Amino acid sequence: MASEVEKKAVFDTESAKEVVKELRASFVAGKTKSYEWRVAQLKALLKMMEENEPQIAAALRDDLSKPELESYIYEIAMLKNSCRLALKEMKHWIMPEKAKTSLTTFPSSAEIVSEPLGVVLVISAWNYPFLLSLDPVVGAIAAGNAIVLKPSEIAPATASLLAKLVANYLDSSCIKVVEGAVSETSALLEQKWDKIFYTGNGRVARIVMAAAAKHLTPVALELGGKSPVIVDSGINLQVSIVLILPHVCFLCDLHADILICVFQVATRRIIAGKWGCNNGQACISPDYIITTTDYAPKLLDSFKHELERFYGKNPLESKDLSRIVNSNHFARLSKLLDEDKVSGKIVQGGERDKTNLKIAPTILLDVPLDSLIMNEEIFGPLLPIIMVDKVEDSFDVINSSGTKPLAAYLFTNNKKLKEKFVAKVSAGGLVVNDTTVHVAEHTLPFGGVGDSGMGVYHGKFSFDAFSHKKAVLYRGFACDAFVRYPPYTRGKLRLLQALLGGSLLSIIRALLGWS
Amino acid sequence: MEGSIAGVRETFKSGRTRSVAWRKNQLRAVIDLINENEQTIYKVLHQDLGKDPAESYRDEMGVILKSANYALSCLDKWVAPKKAELPLVFFPAKGEVLPEPLGVVLIFSSWNFPISLALDPLIGAISAGNAVVLKPSELAPACLSFFIETFPLYLDNKAVKVIGGAADVGERLLELKWDKIFFTGSPRVGRLVMTAAARHLTPVTLELGGKCPAVVDAFASPSKTKVIAKRIAGGKWGLCSGQACIAVDYLLVEEKFASTLIELLKKNIKRFYGGNLGDLKCISRIANKHHFERIYHLLEDPHVAASIVHGGSADEERLIIEPTILLNPPLDSEIMTEEIFGPLLPIITLNNIEESIEFINSRPKPLVIYAFTEDGTFKKRILSETSSGTVTFNDVMVQFVCDSLPFGGVGQSGFGRYHGKYSFDTFSHEKAVLHRAFFPELEPRYPPWNDFKLRFIKLAYRFDYFGLILLLLGLKKP
Repeated sequence: MASEVEKKAVFDTESAKEVVKELRASFVAGKTKSYEWRVAQLKALLKMMEENEPQIAAALRDDLSKPELESYIYEIAMLKNSCRLALKEMKHWIMPEKAKTSLTTFPSSAEIVSEPLGVVLVISAWNYPFLLSLDPVVGAIAAGNAIVLKPSEIAPATASLLAKLVANYLDSSCIKVVEGAVSETSALLEQKWDKIFYTGNGRVARIVMAAAAKHLTPVALELGGKSPVIVDSGINLQVSIVLILPHVCFLCDLHADILICVFQVATRRIIAGKWGCNNGQACISPDYIITTTDYAPKLLDSFKHELERFYGKNPLESKDLSRIVNSNHFARLSKLLDEDKVSGKIVQGGERDKTNLKIAPTILLDVPLDSLIMNEEIFGPLLPIIMVDKVEDSFDVINSSGTKPLAAYLFTNNKKLKEKFVAKVSAGGLVVNDTTVHVAEHTLPFGGVGDSGMGVYHGKFSFDAFSHKKAVLYRGFACDAFVRYPPYTRGKLRLLQALLGGSLLSIIRALLGWS
Repeated sequence: MEGSIAGVRETFKSGRTRSVAWRKNQLRAVIDLINENEQTIYKVLHQDLGKDPAESYRDEMGVILKSANYALSCLDKWVAPKKAELPLVFFPAKGEVLPEPLGVVLIFSSWNFPISLALDPLIGAISAGNAVVLKPSELAPACLSFFIETFPLYLDNKAVKVIGGAADVGERLLELKWDKIFFTGSPRVGRLVMTAAARHLTPVTLELGGKCPAVVDAFASPSKTKVIAKRIAGGKWGLCSGQACIAVDYLLVEEKFASTLIELLKKNIKRFYGGNLGDLKCISRIANKHHFERIYHLLEDPHVAASIVHGGSADEERLIIEPTILLNPPLDSEIMTEEIFGPLLPIITLNNIEESIEFINSRPKPLVIYAFTEDGTFKKRILSETSSGTVTFNDVMVQFVCDSLPFGGVGQSGFGRYHGKYSFDTFSHEKAVLHRAFFPELEPRYPPWNDFKLRFIKLAYRFDYFGLILLLLGLKKP
């Protein structure tokens, strides 16, 4: 019993110092820089996932009641893809990039060399606790760094599973997991890191950046915001034929009514992005909808229909919806619904189960813009619909909030509206005619702007996020431009002007004394 | 002041600064500002720092004209969206990355290159379509007045402002919310800037300094050795008398080569700048009394004073310190632990030049490492075993004019970068845009979940198109 108590020693500033010291020694010894080491770690991560899929899904079920498919797809499969991409492309990413040189520095050659930053700290969030912990770690490994990962204590089963798996599969002299809450995180933040990568909310992000400032540590902050969805009445809600052939559906046991070729694509995609992503608890979930007053009833009907198709008549009992993560967030979301000016605006759902921390998919119509629900990131299964006279007015609604979201979405067939949207709406990323899928596209940088964060990752952007791009200039000895040196004369000044201008003609003219 | 900045924000909101035509106009205006005030700029730089016109042109005006012209010629390319390749599962879809301005940006510039360190970031901010507030250092007062006078005459006064004042004005500016802060200066103030930025989650670029070492390997060829000494002597004292973030702070050389190098340096000092304190020319003065005393104080330690092998005298009235070389001052003395930022050059001798790597690594990461060597293996070792913002082989300072190389620090020497397109990028938000079509619609994306859908999605994630077809045809075994 006594030894158990000893094992759970407090992780304080001294412990944090020791961890950084050990990792720094490993980094300085060059362990993490070797290509072979990076490959081995990434392969170990893949193996870790292959051998522990059920345990990972179980931990996510414990922490979030996350549906199995969401766990496999949005956490495990996405991470596997990151590892595979890094393994495939790392050789190219690591190679120096040639840079052009001009006449001004002739003769010379130049290149940009990627090098690891050193010892980095990754602090992750609770909503995709597996993915958001290890996806940045993949980037940090690929770039050759030593890493401390601090998973969120609000998803404790996943945090402790991560601690166990990382210790068993990865090189613990270079990659460590530190579990804990505020005091452990503070102890870590007092140390000097070469980069801090934080995923979470704006309040804590300010604390992280202020702590980083003491050591001049660069940071990446992946935050959130109110991601709006503009739905234009111009779209045909009932579009598209199912991809799957009728006889195949029979073989594969799908519902017979899918054979009927009428779908409501936009609504389904919004539902998938909202309630299909951890029940709205995702940084890029649609937060609220803006549509025209005329169109809102049609849209609402479409939602009601599709929501029932997806989650049944009693969504509180559906296995395909995550629960609310904890009672704090449940209380927070309840407060948003219970506000006087909002409680009468619920048009769909609203059912709550406090014991099981469940809230049904809830839609609200025409909430006031100054309500609580419209002034903080919802991060839950509530979807307000704001109505405007003309769809173009949506841009003013979005821009008047004064903050830039992580994502913004538009459903339309109108080319001009798409162009206006792309030009006028500033957000981390924009998607037209879908929601959230851009997060799976590794050639698109993923990150925020303004209050939704700074820095990007995914794919090669992850590698770059944890690298220092060192400029290298090689100079020759020939042609030592005498104009560089004192004593300065008028003639030298003329020649200097021409040389800096870079034009061969003016250099010749200056040399000949013609300028 | 807050009122005029609110006005700048309104201007940005109006969309004026986003137009490419506006940006090009402003860049041309910067070029005109320099060209039409050439003599005045020589005058104010001489007033603030005692710079010779050639030095002023080379390090300040020429740099700005080059940057502005380069930005003008590349702007159309830079603002264009970049296509992103998407995998087949997304078909039909279009992905692109679109640069957009961050908004209203704050630039703090420093006193040692008061024209170029103010206008070079400004060029980047304008090219990227931002509205800009510039706070130049009050320690170069003539240049500051020059900006205050000329900005309204050349630049769009509603979108580009210069604000004068000292540290208190800087503090007030830092309390406001900016979309980006670009700071050039010392690590101490860099920390204050970043701490203030954290309150508003404002991204920052910090261009700081450090002790930039020059590693000098022995060369077989005497003519090359002469060029090396020339380059070091020209680079160290010829640019604001060593008051530059990229100045050579100290030299590392093998014991047996030290005296040759010192003799050559002495020769070049005499040739370039004059024989003694009385007839020094073509060299800037120290910025002000405070810095003069700071630098001169570094020589007061008796062990340090004893290591002086050239120079060491100073003229307090004219704020001039002559080019000074020291040989092996104590490593724990202030001159070897603080960034010198002045005309003192310590030379540290080593038994073997390879020891320089460990020497450099035991100190904070500098902005630049200069290495003079022909040994390919040693070059590779320096590149892979040390870390710095930049590495320049066989020369000093010139990396500053190379527009294709990112200019910035790492670790204590800062983060973020600029010059050329990097200036444009540093003041831009690269917005990811994905266009999707309504058809085809993939049923397996949606609940209720079942095994078929799970398998479908797993295959889709692996981009296993063949497997997907088999699955759809009912031919794939679980």
